[in-house]
Amino acid sequence: MPEETQAKAPDSGAPQGQQSSGQGSGPGSGPGTGGPRGAGRPGGGPGGRGKFFRRKKVCKFCTEKIDAIPYRDVRLLQQFVAERGKIVPRRLTGVCTTHQRRLTRAIKQARNIALLPFATRH
Amino acid sequence: MSRLYEVMFIVRPDMAEEDVDKLIAGFSTSVTNGGGTVKSVEKMGRRKLAYLVRKFADGNYVLLTIEASGPVVLELERRLRVTEPVIKFITVRMDEEEKRLAKIKALRGTRRKMSAEPVAAEAPAAPATEATEPAQAAV
Repeated sequence: MPEETQAKAPDSGAPQGQQSSGQGSGPGSGPGTGGPRGAGRPGGGPGGRGKFFRRKKVCKFCTEKIDAIPYRDVRLLQQFVAERGKIVPRRLTGVCTTHQRRLTRAIKQARNIALLPFATRH
Repeated sequence: MSRLYEVMFIVRPDMAEEDVDKLIAGFSTSVTNGGGTVKSVEKMGRRKLAYLVRKFADGNYVLLTIEASGPVVLELERRLRVTEPVIKFITVRMDEEEKRLAKIKALRGTRRKMSAEPVAAEAPAAPATEATEPAQAAV
């Protein structure tokens, strides 16, 4: 996932430059939402301008035509689970709504049968 | 009305292989006695658990695919709950999912057939016309 966003960063064009301009030009909403969000996403996204249209991130399941998301497929599910075990929101992964819902259901089923942890890192 | 279910359960790691087989046989007979069928038994082997379950760090995973009615599954779940070596189980209903997948596959099959025929008719025709045109253009 981090590799994907860094590869797409050159497409949106100089994210570093956009970040600094976003923070400067957005007086009220910029530093509040753009600052921590920009810092939290290393090398990806259209910087501090929160309202801008995000680069077209495609749903992995729609492109690869994966119909079923079984709870047994841990390797597939782990791509959508963060380090601490939390489910990654679809605005970061680019998954479409139907598949995100199915994915969530599968992850929760996998958590129940101890294939995925509920929370890691004490 | 028979429905398709997937039952996955975890057996304690300190159980012998034959005991696990005995357990599975016991569950299978309870399903068949209730009028259901056991479609497949898959022993997924020993895996490390994502968190401690009854102080065990790993367990023996078993997957049973069953076609049965509701009360049979209820009885199976009751048995799983009572059996001491089984530390966790989950039952997932699969028939709606299977219906949906079959529908998608059928849709894909018909789509491909419709698009295959005109392409096949065009392909032999197109090279024939293309071959004649550049000859005329060259002249």
